[in-house]
Amino acid sequence: MNDINIQLYKTMYLIREAEDAIRKNYHTDEMKTPVHLCIGAEAIAAGVISALQPEDQVLSTYRSHGVDLAKTHETDKFFAELYGRVGGMARGKAGSMHLSAPEQGFMGASAVVGTPIPVAVGCALANQMQKNKKMTAVFFGDGAIDEGVFWESLNFACLKKLPVIFVCEDNDLAIHTKKADRHGYDSIADIVAKFNCNTYSYDSTDAETIYRLTQDAIKKYETDEKPIFIYLKYYRYYEHVGMNFDFNAGYRPKEEYEEWLKKDPVKIQKEKLIKLGVSDTDFHTMENPINAQIEESVRKALASPLPPDSTLFKEVLL
Amino acid sequence: MKRSITYRDALVEAQFQEMEKDASVFVYGLDVQDHKKIFGSTATLLEKFGKERVFGVPLSEDALMGVGVGAAINGMRPINIHIRVDFLLLAMNQIANMVSNYRYITDGKLKVPLCIRAVIGRGWGQGAQHSKTLHSFFAHIPGLKVVMPTTPADAKGLLVASIREDNPVVFLEHRWLYDVPGEVESDPDKAFIPLGVGKKIKEGKDATVVATSWMNVEALKAAEILSKKHGVEIEIIDPRTIEPLDEKIIMESVAKTGHAIVADYDWINCGFSAEVSARIQENLLTSLKSPVTRLGFAKTPCPTTRPLENKFYPNAIDIIKAIEKKLRLKETDISGEEFYSYEKKFKGPF
Repeated sequence: MNDINIQLYKTMYLIREAEDAIRKNYHTDEMKTPVHLCIGAEAIAAGVISALQPEDQVLSTYRSHGVDLAKTHETDKFFAELYGRVGGMARGKAGSMHLSAPEQGFMGASAVVGTPIPVAVGCALANQMQKNKKMTAVFFGDGAIDEGVFWESLNFACLKKLPVIFVCEDNDLAIHTKKADRHGYDSIADIVAKFNCNTYSYDSTDAETIYRLTQDAIKKYETDEKPIFIYLKYYRYYEHVGMNFDFNAGYRPKEEYEEWLKKDPVKIQKEKLIKLGVSDTDFHTMENPINAQIEESVRKALASPLPPDSTLFKEVLL
Repeated sequence: MKRSITYRDALVEAQFQEMEKDASVFVYGLDVQDHKKIFGSTATLLEKFGKERVFGVPLSEDALMGVGVGAAINGMRPINIHIRVDFLLLAMNQIANMVSNYRYITDGKLKVPLCIRAVIGRGWGQGAQHSKTLHSFFAHIPGLKVVMPTTPADAKGLLVASIREDNPVVFLEHRWLYDVPGEVESDPDKAFIPLGVGKKIKEGKDATVVATSWMNVEALKAAEILSKKHGVEIEIIDPRTIEPLDEKIIMESVAKTGHAIVADYDWINCGFSAEVSARIQENLLTSLKSPVTRLGFAKTPCPTTRPLENKFYPNAIDIIKAIEKKLRLKETDISGEEFYSYEKKFKGPF
């Protein structure tokens, strides 16, 4: 039995099931926060974060549920936050778009797409100054590449040889606009590769592949101290924000989705485990506690009170 | 021990001493390390603390503000320096979306002890893009503190406090104040001035002038002439920090004098002068003997040529005239008076 493949499957299963639980419950209108589902992208957060040490740090744009869950495996505060309850990680002040768990190295998420990238670079600068060997990974989409701050941040990280991993999760869409309608160049990875960093460009939804390439990248950083740029593609199954398919909107055909579904990251990981000899019973043993954890977290979240008015003014300034 | 040093050297001393005391403090920004050292205000830091803690950066204001946030939430105390406040506009996304929000959206789990220093105001002929102040921009956003020291003692004491502060601070320094000398405490703990405490820089009974930054220099000159020519004693209040604002010191003074002028070093429209004016009227409407008067920049971009620039920025004469109007005094002859002129004192070119 290959432990890392089990671990990757469990992480992706947790993310997928948590997102599905949101889909099942969102219609009640109790989660009053715009949700950007990461279904279809699970292999990236699971693969990259599994290759990190627990003390390493991550940041993300608003499509961050997978990053949070892969880093923390914690769902009580996650669901309570989505429900806007005091049990949430920020007592409901953050919502879906600003998740964080700094005690576990998740240093925050931003709803302005390029915005967390330099913050991650700053975390890496502090880590370099403190000589603590921590890596910082920041997850963002291909839309964030269009913002100048990505290039500014990449340049500074390369200049200072900072311990940072830029993870570009390319779903070809900035909301509803494809790269072909946004880019005056062909390949993000080719341009980034001209900087003094190590660039890894993979067209894979296999979590193990992503895990291993991240491990290799970190090893290489230890010898040449060049920042890491990992470029990966995935398909956003649902609409930009919300719970629904939107193939009828006309900006992308359903056939694309059906093609990507063949290499769905959770599905291919399950198939891999079956080939490795994991039985139905083994799957139940892995999946049942995760299902129970999610169910219990949703129940606890709904039982958690909404914050009192006085919370409004807490933690603006010290 | 107190001795006379310039505003510039007071800034240097505050940074130097805090860097010596606390290894997490570092200084960065475009040209902080070069031979000119931000008008001399980062002098000696590179030599003493090395390039790991004092470094120049690419012209990437947006990213480098984000870098400050990341370093600050990760245990450091960055000082991010900008030779003109106008350049901070390139970093407004980080300032308004990250710097000011981080503490709130993490429910206090992360703090942002980031000190943003920026030079404001006139050199000579700085024109439309090297001449702003913008303290109202920053103070408008909850989660930021905004500081505007006028004297060398305030420059040191408030910068020490801003570096030690666990909240983000925008620290605005007027270029013309750099050469002004004043008595400054050498011990940083004694020099320390808490944020949010204003100062009465001149006692008076007839009218209150709330002045920011350089306008305090102009107000003092106006006070001298008004006293000499009219026997009028104005009281001058320097809030020193824009946010949090020491409302009490302003209200106590205006309650006493019944007249208030806000002489702000910024545009009037939707600005700090409107804020102070509103608060005075909310608190003291029935004790006011006249409506609050606001002075500030002309409602134009800043022109470069001298006669127009002189009309753009408010000065002591504007304060004198406003007081005369407010107190129904006859306009005095100021032709023999000497006012501050950068023709005489400021050597330029920047």
